[in-house]
Amino acid sequence: MNPLLTVSNLSYSKKDKSWFGKQEHFRLAPVSFELKAGETMAIMGENGSGKSLLAKLLVGVARPSAGEILLNGESLHDKRQRFQAIRMIFQHSKESLNPALTLGSLLEEPLILNTDLDARERKRKIEETLKLVGMLPEHQYFYRHMLSEGQRQRVAVARALILNPQVLVADEPFAALDPSVRSQTVNLLMKLQRDLGLGFIFISHNLGIVRHISDRILVLEAGQLVESGKTDVIFNWPKSDYTRRLIHAYQALITRDE
Amino acid sequence: MPKSSFYDEEFYPSPVRQTWNEFQRNHIALAGLWCLGFFVLLVLLGPWFLPFGPLAQNTEAILLPPAWDANGDVSHLFGTDGIGRDLLARVVHGCQITFGASFFLVLLAMLVGCSIGAYAGMSRGLRASIINHLLDAIMAIPTLLLAIIIVAILGTGLMNSMWAITLALIPQFIHHTRDMVGREYRKEYVTAARLDGASDARIFFHSILPNMIEMLVVQATMALSVAILDISALGFLNLGAQSPSPELGAMLSDALETAYVAPWSISLPGAAIFLMVLSINLVGDGLRTALKNRVNQ
Repeated sequence: MNPLLTVSNLSYSKKDKSWFGKQEHFRLAPVSFELKAGETMAIMGENGSGKSLLAKLLVGVARPSAGEILLNGESLHDKRQRFQAIRMIFQHSKESLNPALTLGSLLEEPLILNTDLDARERKRKIEETLKLVGMLPEHQYFYRHMLSEGQRQRVAVARALILNPQVLVADEPFAALDPSVRSQTVNLLMKLQRDLGLGFIFISHNLGIVRHISDRILVLEAGQLVESGKTDVIFNWPKSDYTRRLIHAYQALITRDE
Repeated sequence: MPKSSFYDEEFYPSPVRQTWNEFQRNHIALAGLWCLGFFVLLVLLGPWFLPFGPLAQNTEAILLPPAWDANGDVSHLFGTDGIGRDLLARVVHGCQITFGASFFLVLLAMLVGCSIGAYAGMSRGLRASIINHLLDAIMAIPTLLLAIIIVAILGTGLMNSMWAITLALIPQFIHHTRDMVGREYRKEYVTAARLDGASDARIFFHSILPNMIEMLVVQATMALSVAILDISALGFLNLGAQSPSPELGAMLSDALETAYVAPWSISLPGAAIFLMVLSINLVGDGLRTALKNRVNQ
């Protein structure tokens, strides 16, 4: 089976222009990985280890300094194709939704910009997508402030899914949710991924969720790729000290809870 | 099975509607809005109902007191001035000139200021900082002083004073728009819109502008009261509208000579200016409070 997404030697460095010459500010060392359709990959690491940066590079918010991203073996030169194929779910669903627009017009925006559907087809698509994420078609008349945090997260998912993407990138999609809504969202995403056959890349600090849903794990430390591999292998036989520490810290937290 | 949808029938207030609901709770601001509405009607319809023109002289009724005075006459409801012109007609036409001119110049200043401010807010680097710092420096000078300087260059007259006040008001709009656009531009929903494939112009008009409308309305009301005061002040100083014109400030300076004999010829136009500015400020203040309450909800 061909990989859906191939990332080879992706790196990022920001040059800091100051009075004392140029300085390399922050770097994501070359990272390479492959993602198959229907596969879930988790990105782990401490704060500031470049996880969010990697997500931004993948969806196209930031421009990589080197390396390339291949989708189905083809490079992503066409911006429109990229926006359509790789969609992002933001960490703070509240801030990623425009407060002055109804959900309907919010979800219509990507359709207007990326598809040739007419107004009626767009409306139908919006209603379908809202149903898909477990909301009502009537929610299209709602504004951001009328929704609960879990509903907002669903809208964020709907917004990502509305263009029928192939890869979903999520930056800590579960961080701001309370446990019950979190497990609902996790289950929703897993179900959608299974049904639609998406590649799913997500960032999380919650190793419980990582262990639960991811097939493979990528561990980053200060912009360096520490290790990557199957979830079981990483959790049971971590190769590097850093990963071991991350896992131990998490397990210590759990045992203290009990 | 009949398809019922009770959500469609339920009412969900939009942000603008919510602001209005908040605004309605403030009774003083609501009174200001009524007063402002009265002035707008007066400006639009008033001249049609007046028996006299603003410049027509009635030589038989010079310095006639208002109708409520013992010596007054009901044909001249507000009395007449030193050369027998009907004061009611003059005040109504004066409101028309002062209010109408202020309205249009605020509209123009808002349009220009917002375009430049949006550009400054969305651009980075040297150009943006030149716009920012230069205009912030200009903002330290009061608009009236700035307008006087500009009139000194352009020459006197109502039209020139309007241009001058427009130019003097633009920096405020630029400042507020730039601040707001710059702040909103960094928010995640703009990034999300960009990932939908939206261009910068589309992001501004479809994502940021809907969030800015209320701020613009508040700014516009504040600017409107400043513009009215400035136009009348320039008229009073004989720098703006010139003598026979019934502009409220020019009327005040005309009536100065007869102020002791006919105090009404100065107090009535003055009251008109006062009421206009008061009602606009009440509305503006009410809007600002309503906005703050809505955002903090």
